[in-house]
Amino acid sequence: MSKALLYDATMCIGCKQCESACAQQNKLPYDDKIAAEPVQSAHKYTVVLSKDDKFMRRLCMHCEKPACASVCPVGAFHKTSAGPVVYDVWKCIGCRYCMVACVFAQPKYEWQSLNPRVRKCIMCPDRIAVGEQTACAEICPTGATKFGDRDDLIAEAKDRIRQNPSNYYPYIYGLNEVGGTSVLILSSVKAETYGYPDAVKIGDTPMPEYTGRVMERIPDFIPVWTLALGGIYWVSHRRDEVAAAEAAEAQEKKNGSAK
Amino acid sequence: MTSVMNRLSKSAMQIKLTFWRVVFLVIMAFGLYSTFIRYFRGLGAVSNMTDQFPWGLWIGFDCLCGVMLAAGGFCMVGAVYLFNVERLHAVVRPAVLTAFLGYVLFIVGLLFDLGRPWYIWHQLIYMNPHSVMFEVGMCVMTYTTVLFFEFLPIVFERLNWKTPIKLINKIYPVLIVLGILLSTLHQSSLGSLYLIMPSKLHPFWYSPALPFFFFGSAIAVGIAMTIFESTQSAKAFGRQLELPVLVTLGGALLVALWVNALLRFEDYFHRGLLRQIITPSYEAYFLWLELTLTFVIPITMLSFKKVRLSPQLLYLASISTVLGFITNRLNIALIGFETYVGHHYVPKWTEFSITLMIIAMGFALFGVAVKYLPIFGEEHPAPRVPTDEEIERALASPVLTHAGD
Repeated sequence: MSKALLYDATMCIGCKQCESACAQQNKLPYDDKIAAEPVQSAHKYTVVLSKDDKFMRRLCMHCEKPACASVCPVGAFHKTSAGPVVYDVWKCIGCRYCMVACVFAQPKYEWQSLNPRVRKCIMCPDRIAVGEQTACAEICPTGATKFGDRDDLIAEAKDRIRQNPSNYYPYIYGLNEVGGTSVLILSSVKAETYGYPDAVKIGDTPMPEYTGRVMERIPDFIPVWTLALGGIYWVSHRRDEVAAAEAAEAQEKKNGSAK
Repeated sequence: MTSVMNRLSKSAMQIKLTFWRVVFLVIMAFGLYSTFIRYFRGLGAVSNMTDQFPWGLWIGFDCLCGVMLAAGGFCMVGAVYLFNVERLHAVVRPAVLTAFLGYVLFIVGLLFDLGRPWYIWHQLIYMNPHSVMFEVGMCVMTYTTVLFFEFLPIVFERLNWKTPIKLINKIYPVLIVLGILLSTLHQSSLGSLYLIMPSKLHPFWYSPALPFFFFGSAIAVGIAMTIFESTQSAKAFGRQLELPVLVTLGGALLVALWVNALLRFEDYFHRGLLRQIITPSYEAYFLWLELTLTFVIPITMLSFKKVRLSPQLLYLASISTVLGFITNRLNIALIGFETYVGHHYVPKWTEFSITLMIIAMGFALFGVAVKYLPIFGEEHPAPRVPTDEEIERALASPVLTHAGD
């Protein structure tokens, strides 16, 4: 059963304890200055944004079919069966295709480093492996970030909307976006208000399918094209040979016979 | 240096060479400074790339344009060895040389852009066959090797080594077919790289047909670059190309441009963007610039027989084509993301200086190769201008009846 996070913005009080717990878990610096930064970066995997007295959290969505994993030439990213999309730094060559490809713009880069790494939330895979919750879910004082099985969390999210319809914008962001994600968002206004990409625009198609449609044809294309090229080569050179032979036979000088 | 200058300042030709040599040294000096910043201060210090703009000038120009500009190699090899267009024989060697240098320099460019270039070989052991980047990497690696073998006979010829030439000649058909296959794959897959970004890249440049556009433009630019570099080297090295060669290339360029233009039009038509592309907007200005340079100017020029018969005008048409497709790829790599990101990306001067250094290295290596290797063949030993009689003969040649095909 794959694990997931349900973030309910209506329950969030903006205490940013998830930010600090995340920093601690990932051995990142955290102080008042970093707490005030309203963007994610290589040293801030998650951020709590505020707008009109409402809050919204951003973090890696842990797509079911992650673009970062599909585009990485050395397979440095992969989706684990437990849910997290994790990063093997020792494979990474630093092409940053993951950053360009991610529809949620989650991978961030250590631009100042001489041996830079891609940084993003990896959903505490070590904690999940030993049956614990993620650091952010554990510390959350109101339960706004909740850890659990994805199916259970989906049922719970639907339940919350049903029981308290006036409280919610009736949409679970992440349920179907780009084929579904392991982070689900509930809020009183559209998640897009806080910088999440437009759900209509990104659609339900898993991102890897856009390139998969082309990539899956390549194994067929290679033999066909090789044969075609070889065929053209043979025909155009055979024409020469025949012409030369005929010319020799007729005791003529070979002259423009290639035409 | 002074003595070299004194010695060389005797004729106008040599003064020009000295001037370019100084330019080269200045570019290299700035480039080396930027190289130092790149490897000892990091990507953040050397470039204006950010988390929002993780790919900048080096991907947009050095990689996307670099590979496109090197397409002349497979185009000319294909024309001469695959389709047996004998009269283009004279341009194969310079085209293969350009391609080989282009790919080597593309790899040099990658060593600047990759965050951890010392792990570039990971490509060979941690393979991810689903990744377009993996496909591009493998193709570029193998194709550079193929180009090396296509280039090798020129060196052997200079050294007068007969046996290795014979050996390579035996496998030449394989090299040709393999080279064109690999070129088809990676030229088009540079476009496929962007297929995964439908919601990020502006609709003017995002299209499901991107792989076709990238392949189509590679062919057009391959032809245009051959015209450009032939004329350019004729000027610089006192060589001369025969008019029928240029005329053939000009005609082929016109066809290639028409095909590209129709593909682009079809795409905009089917995606219902025709109204949007003629409405003024930030992106539209860049698109207009691109379309004017790629299609309007060269197609109009090449439609006149007078232009197709004039080396000077063909040269201008090919420059317009090359600049146009460079604009196209920079639009895809940079301009097309600005609306999504919400701000502009302007490369830092150190980014430009590294790009310039790589280009300068390309020109210098080309010059050295032409000087020491039989690149232009024995049939054109001395600088000469075509005589009236030659032009007459060229006009009468069967090539011209197909010049507008």
